[in-house]
Amino acid sequence: MAKPRVATTSLAGCFGCHMSLLDIDERILQLIELVDFDKSPIDDFKNFTGRCAVGLIEGGCCNEENVAVLRDFRAHCDVLISVGDCAIMGGIPALRNTIPLEECYREAYLEGPTVHNPAGRIPNDPELPLLLNKVYPCHEVVKVDYHLPGCPPLADTLWQALVALLNNQPLELPYELVKYD
Amino acid sequence: MKRVVIEPVTRVEGHGKVTILLDAQGCVQQARLHIVEFRGFERFVQGRPFWEVPVLVQRLCGICPVSHHLAAAKAMDRIVGGEKLTPTAEKIRRLMHYGQFFQSHALHFFHLCSPDLLFGFDADPATRNVVGVAGRYPDLAVQGVMMRKYGQEIILRTAGKKIHGTGAIPGGVNKNLSLTERDELLKDLEKNLVWSRKAVHIAKEYTVAHLEELTPFGSFDSNHLSIVRADGALELYDGNLRAITPGGDKIFDQVDCQNYFGYLREEVRSWSYMKFPFIKALGPADGWYRVGPLARLNTCDFIDTPEAEAARREFTAVTKGRPNNITMAYHWARMIELLHAIEKIAELLHDPDLQGTDLTVSGERRGETVGIIEAPRGTLIHHYRVDAQDQVTMANLIVSTTHNNEPMNRAVQRVAEQFLSGNEITEGLLNRVEVAIRAYDPCLSCATHALGRMPLVVELRDAAGHLIDQRGRGVSAAALAAADALRPAAP
Ligand code: SF4
Repeated sequence: MAKPRVATTSLAGCFGCHMSLLDIDERILQLIELVDFDKSPIDDFKNFTGRCAVGLIEGGCCNEENVAVLRDFRAHCDVLISVGDCAIMGGIPALRNTIPLEECYREAYLEGPTVHNPAGRIPNDPELPLLLNKVYPCHEVVKVDYHLPGCPPLADTLWQALVALLNNQPLELPYELVKYD
Repeated sequence: MKRVVIEPVTRVEGHGKVTILLDAQGCVQQARLHIVEFRGFERFVQGRPFWEVPVLVQRLCGICPVSHHLAAAKAMDRIVGGEKLTPTAEKIRRLMHYGQFFQSHALHFFHLCSPDLLFGFDADPATRNVVGVAGRYPDLAVQGVMMRKYGQEIILRTAGKKIHGTGAIPGGVNKNLSLTERDELLKDLEKNLVWSRKAVHIAKEYTVAHLEELTPFGSFDSNHLSIVRADGALELYDGNLRAITPGGDKIFDQVDCQNYFGYLREEVRSWSYMKFPFIKALGPADGWYRVGPLARLNTCDFIDTPEAEAARREFTAVTKGRPNNITMAYHWARMIELLHAIEKIAELLHDPDLQGTDLTVSGERRGETVGIIEAPRGTLIHHYRVDAQDQVTMANLIVSTTHNNEPMNRAVQRVAEQFLSGNEITEGLLNRVEVAIRAYDPCLSCATHALGRMPLVVELRDAAGHLIDQRGRGVSAAALAAADALRPAAP
């Protein structure tokens, strides 16, 4: 029987959730016995190669590209999991939601103490994806099946959730594994 | 004009894409690495209490959170007037930092880059990843995983958490290392020392064996920047700034970090959210430089741990003592630092100061402060102003990968010209562009903390295609018009 496929992506996140997944350490070798990896920043599949059983999403949506990637994940994955506080509620990137964006770009590109910008340029190239007016959690954009909280969720949390899901078992996480920091 | 896009760039951390424009003859006209994400830390950190910052800024980057944690903590030490930490506090922080170097360098080499080196740049993308390595070279894959684990364990014991810890606080640390914790860490030390020596050996053998093809690969002469110790030794936690020319002459030396802004500037370009730093005195055209393992080995005079110093000598012998400007030599330099980190870890674990109980200091309060550290990817600068209400009023961050923006773009351009011009463009040739980017171990998520693009009206639709939001809040018509005016005309 073919192994179930798993895809992962990082949207507006810090990669900490991916790092926490790697913190399952030696169990990575068990994981690759259990599943095949599809599109993910840790391999070279830039596009989906087939239908996936599970998609893990790190980070929320801060630009149009994030939205497109997230929709693509929804379309290709049977089960979609929001991993970490950024995916679930925008996380730290959502701190910008209360600030007019003009102020953010002024700070970064015009006013910082080391900025050199005689032409008063703001990055604004067609190759750069449009920014959303605020940072959105994933479930406001597509249907999300599960949420794993934490910043990042502990490696054990990710491991137990994945193993339960892939074996069609109910997931009962002990209290210590459900954290929000 | 033909446009080739590599999107997303994979096996690096964060979001980037490469565009290459070819003319009718198939020659490369332009090649760029675009950093496509933005976040906006510099602005939204304003108004937060200063003591929160060392924990908050780690969320810039989950790959080297300790670097941001410590750079911010070093800055905040000065806010509370406690520059000179207690020996226990400084050594706990150093241990945390070397643990971080160890895990980050191991992760980069074994998990992200080894597939290119082991299978070749043209290998099938389906096997060109850590899973492929685990299949063909299980011992090596296991070592990589265990080394990263060891670094993470050190971070856990010193920072309280493997990712986004809270160990460093303004003026010191909030815990020491208990004897039980120390003994736990000592158990695996020897094994990791052996593996680190082996990693240096692999990187050296690879580089020397392929020297002829690697020397021109994405390479060019550049200036180099890092901090160094007062005596010129390699220094990763606390030193002064030094910059050298491609030939090794000093541009400036022993510059106090508090004065960094007298020496560095960052240019804004329209096609990347990441700015382009340069040495002020040399100007934007000539003042760009490289940071990170290669730059550090070039700027320092020696390494103060014996095995890494011996390895450094072998490294400099290749270029006859002159600075090494070979992009692919980053890997070898990185493994020498990995060995240095584990030697330092060994030294520290045997130091009784780690069990001290004097954890914090404070003194006369200050309003402005700079914290600079060498992160695994290079020099990391945090600069803050804090008001009398404890709130941050200004933050300027120049992160490691940002310093390497110009060099990464040059490497992309070089490789594109070398391999894509006039050729049929294959997957393997495109991977070469990524190989050059990966040499820098860019942390694109760090680099995109800054925000740039004008907010435009965006529609959000749910899975069924219903419009759930359409907004352009916070955008004035004048600002929109200004942004449009700045957007270059389509080619
Ligand atoms: S939840 Fe935390 S660890 Fe995960 S991406 Fe967000 S900031 Fe990083």
